[in-house]
Amino acid sequence: MIKRNLPFAAIAVIALVAAPLLLEPFRLSLLAKYLCYAIVALGIGLAWGQGGMLTLGQGVFFGLGGYAMAMYLKLSESGGGLPDFMVWSGVEELPALWAPFANPVFALTMAVAGPVLLAVVLGTLVFRQRVRGAYFAILTQALAAAMVILLVGQQGLTGGTNGMTNFFELFGADLADDSTQRVLYLVVAGVLGVLYLATRQLVNSRFGRLLVAVRDGEDRVRFLGYDPALVKTVTFAVSAGLAGLAGALFVPVVGIISPALLGVVPSLELVVAVAVGGRQVLAGAVLGAVVMGYAQTTFSEQFANGWLYLQGALFILVMTLAPKGIAGILGRLRRARTA
Amino acid sequence: MRTPRALVSALLLTTLAACGSPPSGSGSSADAQDEIKVGVLHSLSGTMAISEVTVRDAELLAIEEINQAGGVLGKKLVPVVEDGASDWPTFAEKATKLIRQDKVATVFGGWTSASRKAMLPVFERYKSLLWYPVQYEGLESSPNIFYTGATTNQQIIPGLDYLKEQGKKKIFLVGSDYVFPRTANKIIKAYAAANGMQVLGEEYTPLGHTEYSTLVNKVVQAGPDAVFNTLNGDSNVAFFKQLKSAGVSAEAMPVLSVSVAEEEVKGIGVDNIAGHPVAWNYYQTTDTPANQAFVKAFKAAYGEDKVTSDPMQAGYNAVHLWAEAVKKAGTTEVEAVKKAAGGIALERPEGLVTIDGENQHLYKTARIGVIRPDGLIEQVWDSGEPIKPDPYLKGYSWAGGLAEE
Repeated sequence: MIKRNLPFAAIAVIALVAAPLLLEPFRLSLLAKYLCYAIVALGIGLAWGQGGMLTLGQGVFFGLGGYAMAMYLKLSESGGGLPDFMVWSGVEELPALWAPFANPVFALTMAVAGPVLLAVVLGTLVFRQRVRGAYFAILTQALAAAMVILLVGQQGLTGGTNGMTNFFELFGADLADDSTQRVLYLVVAGVLGVLYLATRQLVNSRFGRLLVAVRDGEDRVRFLGYDPALVKTVTFAVSAGLAGLAGALFVPVVGIISPALLGVVPSLELVVAVAVGGRQVLAGAVLGAVVMGYAQTTFSEQFANGWLYLQGALFILVMTLAPKGIAGILGRLRRARTA
Repeated sequence: MRTPRALVSALLLTTLAACGSPPSGSGSSADAQDEIKVGVLHSLSGTMAISEVTVRDAELLAIEEINQAGGVLGKKLVPVVEDGASDWPTFAEKATKLIRQDKVATVFGGWTSASRKAMLPVFERYKSLLWYPVQYEGLESSPNIFYTGATTNQQIIPGLDYLKEQGKKKIFLVGSDYVFPRTANKIIKAYAAANGMQVLGEEYTPLGHTEYSTLVNKVVQAGPDAVFNTLNGDSNVAFFKQLKSAGVSAEAMPVLSVSVAEEEVKGIGVDNIAGHPVAWNYYQTTDTPANQAFVKAFKAAYGEDKVTSDPMQAGYNAVHLWAEAVKKAGTTEVEAVKKAAGGIALERPEGLVTIDGENQHLYKTARIGVIRPDGLIEQVWDSGEPIKPDPYLKGYSWAGGLAEE
């Protein structure tokens, strides 16, 4: 057991001690951003990799978490007044929907509970009807598209295409300060670590085995007397909760939330990242999110023109050479070594 | 299920790699003594690329011209170009990169209001300087941004004055659904109420919307004297095509656009839009010596078939204005440059512009033009003299209550 957890401990030390010491503040907050995406990827790894549910709409849950957090930040700064974007959108008084978000406990709870609730409702409706495979994927993607239209249309309530930005402080700490950003990074890294362990525990539990069984033979599981719809709904809800929490952490780290961050494209990018990392194992999903995030930053900085082609090429390359992603390559290397 | 150890070690290595190697190419400063780095941040990919690439080209041309003339303070300008990717959070991230890693003296960039709003906290936080080259909705005056495009009283209000002069009493508002059209229409409605004009309708469509038959029917049924158009991007193509096929002519119902310039006319198709008026501060045909030189230099650099437009010219001006302020200040230090910038007056392609030190906007001449069958724009009206920028419309009694700082 100790031996098994050694690599995890080593990464934890590097992430929590070495990175903050070695990295410039700007790079550290970029790493924090990748780690936020890694939390979403963890959920995708669970739902898709373990449960076989290809969810193309995780951005929706990420966005719900992010907007809940952003609403709290805006309200705590405006000190009873209206948030800046409402003033220029012509809103005269604070909408009732916004009022409870002045409370940080409520906002943070909603950041996770909102996505979970939505996933439970959606899952119950969909999985009971035995919607699966491509139909489920299309449905979640449609949800992401609809969410963007809703957010853009309600400019007075959500900031429209601009989204919300210009946050100054979180719980009294100055967000512009490098030390605040370092603490935020540590929080994100710590949360990711804990969630990774917890998710791994879940996968290794009886429930995890049941989930894999549902993925590989849903009807057989049903004939054995289990309820696959329940298993899938619970898993989908957990992955939604992870995305929501990631969104809430993302906002103070990056300093903006907008519909562009949660539409169809970013949702797909995260699934691509999980595929690149390797969806069969949870660590692969996390790795994929960090690698793709880092690749995007590096490519776009080095080749301002045409970096998108490079990113696409990376995806195609990994997928053709290693359909099981980077995790697959590493697994093969390790087996070759031990054999 | 066991965790593959190799995988975990790989994760570890990537983390380290991500830490250890900040991308090179940001140019470690071997000869930083005789160089000044400036950031150029526009969308080079995504929906906005078609417009923003032209502004980047104009800015790079200006940087090249300054270098040809010996640079600034005896140093060469070195542009660091980044891609905002039509994505507002990316603009904020790249702005941070330019300021913190490349340590640029200033940044020229942005197009959409959303990208400016996303970058604003970054520039304020790190006390850096952004030059924003596009007309916008006003109601903003950041101490860390210089606005070289028009604010509302230099474009929208002159546009309305023009319609009023032409005897257009009933207008219809059509716009994309985001902050610029919504704010612009708020101002238009207040103006209309104070000037005896009637707003027959106000319609918004999502950005990128291309189905306009319903909306055009609505407009035609309302029968306005003129339409005030704040649609952006692709939507204009579909809207003007639909309008033409509904048999509406520019004479019967002129559509005044504020986001359609020479570059966009090419995309819309000149057959669909010829004869309609637009409001800007500059056209390729604007008759000044500085403009002849600009158009000639631009075509020489990028090709004979290229057109120049208002935002390109504003980006081009931004670089020259900043260089002028740096020369006056004797340093690139932000506070000193800001102080030196106030009152700088230059003859530019659009005519005389002067920096208003107070709100960091420009005095600009408003110009209304009509689109010619050859795709260029012919000026038909101008404000006679540069208009003092008034982003909060404090000088207009009817605009009270619109602008709260």
